Amino acid sequence: MGFDNYINVMGKDFFTYMGNTFTLWMIGFVPQIVIALLLASWFVDARLKIHGEQFFKVVIYLPNLIMASAFAMLFFTLFSTSGPVNSILTSLGIVNGPIDFMGTPVGTRLLIALMNFLMWFGNTTIMLMAAIMGISPDIFEAASIDGCTPRQSFFHITLPLIRPILTYTLITSLIGGLQMFDVPQILTNGQGNPNRTSYTLIMWLNNLLRAPDYGRAGALSVYLFIVSGILCLVVYKMVNGQDNDAKAEQKAAKKRMKAMKGGKQ
Amino acid sequence: MKKKVVSLMLALSMVAGLTACGGDAAGNNGSAATEAGADSSYVAAGEEGKVINIYCWNDEFRTRVEAVYDKVDHTSEDGTITYLTDGTEIHWTVNPNQDGVYQSKLDEGLLNQATAADDDKIDMFLSETDYVVKYTDAEADVAIPLTDLGIDPEKDLADQYDFTKTVASDANGVQRGSTWQACPCLFVYRRDIAQDAFGTDDPDEIHAKVADWATMKASGEELKAKGYYTLAGYADTFRAYGNSISAPWVEEGSTEINVDPQIINWINDSKEWLDAGLLDKNVKGQWTDDWNKSMGSASKVFGFLLPAWGIDFVLNPNWDGDAGAWAVTDGPQAFNWGGSFVHGCAGTDNPEHVKEIMLAVTANKDNLMKITKDYLDFTNTQSGMKEIAEDESFGAEFLGGENPFKYFQPAASSIQMTTLSPYDQGCVELIQSAFGDYFQGQVDYDTAKANFEKAIMERYPDITAVNWPE
Repeated sequence: MGFDNYINVMGKDFFTYMGNTFTLWMIGFVPQIVIALLLASWFVDARLKIHGEQFFKVVIYLPNLIMASAFAMLFFTLFSTSGPVNSILTSLGIVNGPIDFMGTPVGTRLLIALMNFLMWFGNTTIMLMAAIMGISPDIFEAASIDGCTPRQSFFHITLPLIRPILTYTLITSLIGGLQMFDVPQILTNGQGNPNRTSYTLIMWLNNLLRAPDYGRAGALSVYLFIVSGILCLVVYKMVNGQDNDAKAEQKAAKKRMKAMKGGKQ
Repeated sequence: MKKKVVSLMLALSMVAGLTACGGDAAGNNGSAATEAGADSSYVAAGEEGKVINIYCWNDEFRTRVEAVYDKVDHTSEDGTITYLTDGTEIHWTVNPNQDGVYQSKLDEGLLNQATAADDDKIDMFLSETDYVVKYTDAEADVAIPLTDLGIDPEKDLADQYDFTKTVASDANGVQRGSTWQACPCLFVYRRDIAQDAFGTDDPDEIHAKVADWATMKASGEELKAKGYYTLAGYADTFRAYGNSISAPWVEEGSTEINVDPQIINWINDSKEWLDAGLLDKNVKGQWTDDWNKSMGSASKVFGFLLPAWGIDFVLNPNWDGDAGAWAVTDGPQAFNWGGSFVHGCAGTDNPEHVKEIMLAVTANKDNLMKITKDYLDFTNTQSGMKEIAEDESFGAEFLGGENPFKYFQPAASSIQMTTLSPYDQGCVELIQSAFGDYFQGQVDYDTAKANFEKAIMERYPDITAVNWPE
């Protein structure tokens, strides 16, 4: 039929590229969520009285509106060996010669992660702000009356209560990360160099489709679907596991009540 | 119960999708897939159309047409439409060459040729030496044989260089394309750097300094002592080696790539030169920002190996100093780089215009001489080029009054172009990209080889193996 395409695709390369995709996603996502949480809790905290809050909210969201390929093209020019960043660093005397940002795997990956971070941290901040604002301020008041420090209230009140939104952010970011394409494609000219260390799964899919090698491209798409499905399920179960336990408890209690009241003996 | 039935049906339909999606690899790069060959004649029935669709990868052809085709009235500001005096319009479709994009888009258009509306049919397209073999293939039948257009290669194209005619012909010797240029390459160098390092900028004396690779390397050490690079980067020498391979990348009818020993020589020589500091490590390829900057006045690069079109199309725009700062001389090796071929597309509805444009741009000697004088292009007229080479009064201002054709013309007679294959573009691009990592010290030699194999089999799924020389 076409099953040898499935076997063909699942070679060592598949796992290398999956590893690349995950690494790129991880380096971009972790700072993103940390800074988004930080910013969100500051913006929502009435006591901090930040000036120009509205202005900041608009500014941090703006990078999300830029087309990813244009952004990548911009960074490619900015960080090239004869580009502005190198000129500034050299003229300030911080470095002796131009740094080849895109010549090392670390440099390229960091650039890609930086771009993803800049594009999405605004969106995440706004979402988390909405989540935190959904928590009733009475809880915070009660906690501070009881002598809760801001740090404690963040970790023990805010975080648990915004867990549904955090799950949502994690899942959508994961799916987006798995499908990362335009930024590494433009930055490395479609090759994922050096040494294919920034070659993501969708870049591979794109090259297969262009060849055109529809058989293997189709098989890869199916694998991606399965992988995304499994990961989302895992995340969902992990984060909502405790709620499910509580629900299960409630259900069991209800059943017992019914049985006690007048069920069959 | 109903819920269970519905969810079961949904699951079944999804599974059906999973099994049906496998198919064999549809690799068809050897013969461009097309339906146009099904027509008995190459030309669409009916009268001459009003829209001429031309596919190309930059505006070079458009500038040539505007310069010599007498029916051109004016071009729109954004350069997408050229209006002709008889009411027809030329619509330019430009897709960049890099990464095979131009070929993919062209192939897509050719696939739809039979069913496209007359005004949307592709009428002419260009191809480069790197893949001209693919489009002049007799089986693919997408390029109209010139005789079917009313052009007689024996009579109308008698003055063209023979190698340009053989390259544009299919395996049966039927010529299906025509070009206005030949591309012998020379060494173009900076006069001021020559004076500083060698005390002279005379072309013949500089040629003695770069007469062969070994001598050039020695001169390179002298340049290095003065703080100059000999050439911009390792990509600049590729074409010299790549053009002198003894067998094609892929033999006719085979699905295996044979990496020629000359390519291995390029890899070894480039690593040697780079490690010796004769090349700029930061220039990782051609057509990049760094490469363009290396042609500017602030750069420390001594010279470039360029063909005639390179001087006008690449060097001139990137040079920001005064004219007359550069000169040409013979390089360490004669080679050919590039060549754009014009083809009439099978299924066209504008055969009259196609014939006129082709004759005007590639066969008319006066037009070709005009192109040479205005753009310094080495045009496809043997008698014309001989005239201009012997013309003492002709001098290019950009080269300080030197007549470059004195050197180009003899070089053209030694061009061989017998080792082409349809896979050349991918091979040339990807071998440089894979070994670029090796030169920069990112991977070792064997990993670079493996990366090339991976990349080339991705680009051309019908390739089954890559053979390296011992």
